[in-house]
Amino acid sequence: MYVATKGGEQAIGAAHAWLAETRRGDTALPEIEVAQIAEQLGLAADRVMAEGSCYDRGLAALAVKQAKGDLIEAAFLLRAYRTTLPRFGASAPLETGAMHIRRRISATYKDLPGGQVLGPTFDYTHRLLDFALAAAGSAPEPVPEAEPEPGNTPRVTELLAREGLMQRETPSAEEPGDLTREPLSFPAPRPVRLQALARGDEGFLLGLGYSTQRGYGNSHPFVGEIRVGEVAVEFTPPELGFPIEIGDITVTECQMVNQFKGSRTQPPQFTRGYGLVFGHGERKAMAMSLVDRALRAEEMGEEPVAPAQQQEFVLYHSDNVEATGFVEHLKLPHYVDFQSELENLRTMRETALNAAAE
Amino acid sequence: MDTALPPETEERRRWMGVLARASAAEIAARLDTLPPPPAHMRLRGPETGLVMVRGRAGGDGAPFNLGEMTVTRCAVRLADGRVGHAYVAGRDARQAELAALVDALLLDAEARPAVERAVIAPLAETQAAKRTAEARRAAATRVQFFTMTQMR
Repeated sequence: MYVATKGGEQAIGAAHAWLAETRRGDTALPEIEVAQIAEQLGLAADRVMAEGSCYDRGLAALAVKQAKGDLIEAAFLLRAYRTTLPRFGASAPLETGAMHIRRRISATYKDLPGGQVLGPTFDYTHRLLDFALAAAGSAPEPVPEAEPEPGNTPRVTELLAREGLMQRETPSAEEPGDLTREPLSFPAPRPVRLQALARGDEGFLLGLGYSTQRGYGNSHPFVGEIRVGEVAVEFTPPELGFPIEIGDITVTECQMVNQFKGSRTQPPQFTRGYGLVFGHGERKAMAMSLVDRALRAEEMGEEPVAPAQQQEFVLYHSDNVEATGFVEHLKLPHYVDFQSELENLRTMRETALNAAAE
Repeated sequence: MDTALPPETEERRRWMGVLARASAAEIAARLDTLPPPPAHMRLRGPETGLVMVRGRAGGDGAPFNLGEMTVTRCAVRLADGRVGHAYVAGRDARQAELAALVDALLLDAEARPAVERAVIAPLAETQAAKRTAEARRAAATRVQFFTMTQMR
């Protein structure tokens, strides 16, 4: 039951004024600029773009500033903003095979066409706090350069598929379902699941992905490939009738190679779990690919017994904007609901106490 | 693209792609090297909206909706009736309008070589140089494995 209440306006106004002041912090320090967040806290902006499901670095950085660094709140702000914009249409599917590679690694092959390209990674750093960063002002060392080797960077999954060792994806021209237009229904087809995972909470998916490695879901994954870089976005404006490139976006792709013991109709082969996210989000892309493969259980004839294999459990709880909305609504006044609970409890206790006394 | 487009369409695709990747300031600076362009009228926009970006399952399977991106579009008309279009990533209205204007200018076969030389070619060169610089940095982080025979 909901009852309109009044009387909090002044308190709310004062709270928001204080919020604005704490957001600014110590005024003796320079105010942080949105462009500084986009440039120097780039991975925060990337995460907000991925979970806010809207690629725009400037908006994501503004959201991070407004949310005082609370990235889920920032994703919420970005989601709310996108509802104010019209949609012009949908792009052609990204050609991640034609990516301009910044980073590309494989854990399954040492030597492979295109090589192991580390890119700007935290891997192999010692995770010791660098106090040199606390003293601002020193420019980073110049970045080494080398002659790129000619030739393209084929997908690892393609190398395996050519030998028949990797299950091929089924090409399709079918219009994919869109969560922003139609609510989830079950069983959800894989394209809808991938959309939900791509905008899902990194922490939730990381935990689920981890659970599949620890035995809840029986997966034996290998990182076939992770690649990070820029891909062109192609869109066909109806008034032109031919596709044009509208810009480049940074994405992270993960191909997780998993065992499949085969069935009566299919010989044993590897199967894949797939992760694709906006920006540089390796942990998220890996977690997504683990959960994608786990959610393919039924398609593979595996019994869905683990949490990560259960579509409704995963897809209904992966969205942090929805989750935060429902969890945080508990803070809102429930005075009347609670009064009725209170009445109930008093009656029950009275009955129980009377019964004990008899 | 699976089906080949006519050469003039391919040309237009190319310059629209270059303009989509150039900032408003960059396009304006290149335009300034030409005689002032004819007046143009806004037919639509500039207006910002969203394009749903799609990926493919496994990279090459069924399409899925990855998430949206902001895009700004604009259409302009010159006095002689030529209509230029632009769809550019982001929210820069001035970039979209300038890109649509340059698109319209390039549709005149006679004026095209000069606009191509003054605007498109230098922008494309800057973009290629940036791409090469990034590829060179990536190449420096490519692991060179040593085999045991080399280490002996």
